[in-house]
Amino acid sequence: MTTSPYEHHEYDVLIIGAGGAGLRAAIEAKQRGLSVGIVTKSLLGKAHTVMAEGGMAAAMGNVSSEDNWRVHFRDTMRGGKMLNNYRMAELHAKESPDRVRELEQWGALFDRTKDGRILQRDFGGHRYARLAHVGDRTGLELIRTLQQKVVSMGTDVYMECKVLQLVHDESGRVAGAVAYWRPTGEFVTFAAKSVVLASGGVGKSWKFTSNSWESTGDGHAMALWAGAELIDMECIQFHPTGMVWPLSVRGLLVTEGVRGDGGVLRNSDGERFMFNYVADMFRAETAESEEEGDRWYEDHNAGRRPPELLPRDEVARAINTEVKAGRGSPHGGVYLDIGTRRSAEYIRRRLPSMYHQFMELAGVDITREAMEIGPTCHYIMGGVKVDADTAATKVAGLYAAGEVAGGMHGANRLGGNSLSDLVVFGRRAGMAASDYVEGGSGPSGFDWGEVESAVSRALAPFENENGENPYDIQRDLQEMMQANVGIIRTGDEIEFAINELETFTERVKNISVKGGRAYNPGWNLATDLPSMLTVSKCTSRGARERKESRGGHTREDFPKASAEYGTFNLAHTIAGGAWDGEITTERSPLLTMPDELKALLEEGK
Amino acid sequence: MAAIESATKVELGGLRGGPDVPTLREDRWWLQPVITVSILTAFVVYSTWAAFQNQNYYVGAAAHRDLISPFYSPCLTTTCVPGSGSGFAIHGWGLSPALIILIFPLGFRLTCYYYRRSYYRAFWWSPPACAVADGHGSYSGETKFPLIMHNAHRYFFFAGLVFNVLLTYDAIRAFHQPGLGWGVTVGTVVLVINAVLLWSYSLTCHACRHLCGGGVKNFSQHKARYRTWKFLSRYNSKHMNFAWASLIFVALTDVYVRLVASGALTDYKLF
Amino acid sequence: MAEVTMRVWRGDASGGDFENYTVTQNEGEVVLDVIHRIQATEAPDLACRWNCKAGKCGSCAAEINGKPRLMCMTRMDDLPEGTVTVTPMKTFPIIRDLVTDVSFNFAMAERVPALLPPPMPEDGYRMFQEDVERGQEFRKCIECFMCQDVCHVIRDHEENKQYYAGPRFFIRYAELEMHPLDQNDRREYVREEMGLGYCNITKCCTEVCPEHIKITDNAIIPLKERVVDAHYDPVAWLGRKIGRRTKRTAAEAGVQPAP
Repeated sequence: MTTSPYEHHEYDVLIIGAGGAGLRAAIEAKQRGLSVGIVTKSLLGKAHTVMAEGGMAAAMGNVSSEDNWRVHFRDTMRGGKMLNNYRMAELHAKESPDRVRELEQWGALFDRTKDGRILQRDFGGHRYARLAHVGDRTGLELIRTLQQKVVSMGTDVYMECKVLQLVHDESGRVAGAVAYWRPTGEFVTFAAKSVVLASGGVGKSWKFTSNSWESTGDGHAMALWAGAELIDMECIQFHPTGMVWPLSVRGLLVTEGVRGDGGVLRNSDGERFMFNYVADMFRAETAESEEEGDRWYEDHNAGRRPPELLPRDEVARAINTEVKAGRGSPHGGVYLDIGTRRSAEYIRRRLPSMYHQFMELAGVDITREAMEIGPTCHYIMGGVKVDADTAATKVAGLYAAGEVAGGMHGANRLGGNSLSDLVVFGRRAGMAASDYVEGGSGPSGFDWGEVESAVSRALAPFENENGENPYDIQRDLQEMMQANVGIIRTGDEIEFAINELETFTERVKNISVKGGRAYNPGWNLATDLPSMLTVSKCTSRGARERKESRGGHTREDFPKASAEYGTFNLAHTIAGGAWDGEITTERSPLLTMPDELKALLEEGK
Repeated sequence: MAAIESATKVELGGLRGGPDVPTLREDRWWLQPVITVSILTAFVVYSTWAAFQNQNYYVGAAAHRDLISPFYSPCLTTTCVPGSGSGFAIHGWGLSPALIILIFPLGFRLTCYYYRRSYYRAFWWSPPACAVADGHGSYSGETKFPLIMHNAHRYFFFAGLVFNVLLTYDAIRAFHQPGLGWGVTVGTVVLVINAVLLWSYSLTCHACRHLCGGGVKNFSQHKARYRTWKFLSRYNSKHMNFAWASLIFVALTDVYVRLVASGALTDYKLF
Repeated sequence: MAEVTMRVWRGDASGGDFENYTVTQNEGEVVLDVIHRIQATEAPDLACRWNCKAGKCGSCAAEINGKPRLMCMTRMDDLPEGTVTVTPMKTFPIIRDLVTDVSFNFAMAERVPALLPPPMPEDGYRMFQEDVERGQEFRKCIECFMCQDVCHVIRDHEENKQYYAGPRFFIRYAELEMHPLDQNDRREYVREEMGLGYCNITKCCTEVCPEHIKITDNAIIPLKERVVDAHYDPVAWLGRKIGRRTKRTAAEAGVQPAP
């Protein structure tokens, strides 16, 4: 092996991303006695996982004893509009209770039931009260617990270190990665026998998003460039309740827990409009009147669930329609009202951070006034195509878990299924990556040519004198994607976006960056833009090919789901691996579900 | 210890950002220390003066009253004014009887978690206010003598309780008007309020909160202590208010008794 | 739309100075919005650390008009009229502009002896709401490290960083000491190695906490009282000797792998 011209580290397992999935994978590999390095773009404990509020879905049956993995599996598949990788949904439903319980061994403190077990709350699309939670800051609890566990195990964590690209050996197996330190701008290389991608989502490519600056789709893009497939990239979840005002916090998440705890949606006429938007699929289990819905909050056997708790895609579309019909709030949203329905004390105890968020940022007291909310880009269901049991990608030695992996959630994710997804598949990725290392089939060599090309590409903006400001490109990209590949799509707009993205590719090649390399956010953004473009291209292409409406993909020109399109995912690849290379989009048939699982889906339909 | 040897070393001496000035705050951060210094200084000056007076601390039978200043109760020397004695007398103490007992309430307040905050800020300037530079070159906190003695706070708390009992007894005695029977005067009300404030201050103390229940790990197995702790916690957040109120009022009580005892004021009979 | 002058610290480990920027300010904006506008227009290399912009991750701590604040939760219209001064957190070494090297806190995190629970029963642990709610308050911590920044023990006395965990970790120790499952005893360790005695409870940590955690009243003082139980109080010590409590000693309470 050539000596590295840069700082160089070697590990058995390299983990990219320090959110829930990455940390859970690290714990698994570390427990096997392997050497583990975690690389994260920001500080440890700041990952987007902290933004998850409502809870972690696991069929423990602590509140509703009728609950079990079969019901959870069924809810997940129906919520995902049957586009899910059934095996992932099955494993997830079966294993999440154990993953929740083990967190308590590591110090998590969930809210409790009267008899001392983990309390579970109701959430959209879940038939029973299923979300283990801590007030409205469950994500923070998850990440802190895992972070403290990882630290107590003595794991190496590379903070504020941005991975640019994966590196192969000469036979095409993954052999590590090349990155740079954000504080210094110096490059660093990691040689690893296996790599787990746990890099989160892509939401920063949209203008109104609940996602942080980090969610630029680095992992999605890197996997694609490295030879893996991306699936379901058109399926993007717009969370129905984001803040709409003040403008500076537009998109900021308002937890679904508000609705789970009794909040209702109203239009400018004061009407609970969700009763007008109950799809046939959910009619049998949804309340028909406000009285019935209200009874359900008191006693789940006394009525059916109110329509505010339908899956997120249904609610987001309904809000969008109301606003378009002129029944929206002054700032272009609708009203979410809990203040008139629950006591101030209850609201402050159950939803403390929502209370503060509105009080401090919008000057709205949610115990007395209604919130103005509207859909916000929240989560990508699509991602790297993986094997359900091992989280392995098509590329030898590369694993993916969490939001960067695709398949688990199909066309729409249920609230609360994300946190449990992180730990279920984070663990499985860690196990499989460790098996791979222990099996001795790791890489031989490290392609320094790939390192050099990544480094010179990253440095190019410094050499370009009169190019463009990366912030301008980012802003234009976000506006373009929001306008053309947003919550409701049409063929023409998607086509326009696909063409525009080619222009953006040229603009990205012509970026200029001012200043030095040390902690230069302009440069950091410049190195994020290729990923953002790559994922935007996949999303647009997927959206063009999927000529139907399903879950997080809604086509105005094809408003109904089509049986034909329900049989395959759309898979994207890049031949040759160049970041601006031609993307190929193909139909990839769904796995065939065993009959006993099919039977579960028929139950209670 | 293993935990430390394996841990990353803390690097010292890195250059810090921002200008080299004591503070960038432009609000009136100095106001609070100024108020604290004013009130505490006034109290110390007054109570020292009052403690050395050795007179006018008791209004006795001649005025048909039984009022004693909290600074002088219990009165423990042979020189106590007739009627003010506690039944136990130390022989040969030539100074004011107040000097024997004031150390206990003083010690309770000096070691109190709230007063520590106030006087460290106002008098010691470590720090004068948040994000305003400490007035000292080196700092060892409460790790060395004498400040390590703050760990004895709970013993001063116990002593304070004894005094509260005695002052409560004094307040009850104040209902008795020698020669007239039982009744209520302004002096009675003053002594009662004084006793109530002192109880409130003592029982909301952090040491009390810990001893009554805070030290328990599993509240679910100690229901009574949990309820006590929960109750005290609610009022513990008002400890600061009680600290100031009881401090000011104890001095006012002394002022009132002193004025009545010296004949400058008549203790008005309410009923 | 109004204009505002921002006085922002620019510099790195080799020194720095204030630079003034005059930018527009819209209704409802927070300091971080204005900093981002400076980045997007005049100074694309202005370094500032941020993530969620919702007060949930604690990345964007800085000092606004001399006081530690989260930039994302400080509304411009709540600040007094006139120039707004933004500087990096003072207690930590500067990396660049508003970004500081907070590795001190991660070094202290490594030293925390982990939770040591009994083996888990088949259907999970039983804990009650009253057992967990004290710890839950401390676990609201978003690790913005503003309490560490404002604490004069290390803000004004660099050398104390060697022996002092700081308020963020005192709430961590308090959480573990109050954890219903924990079997470690860190009281002697907190006194001897983590410098609990350095804290003179001046409460600035509580004043700046964006999560409104009552750090001093609910964590540090109860910890100090626990240390009194373990170390200073002769009666409590005697009581323990007689009562034969089977608590672990501090020396055994090192980093223990959880099961």
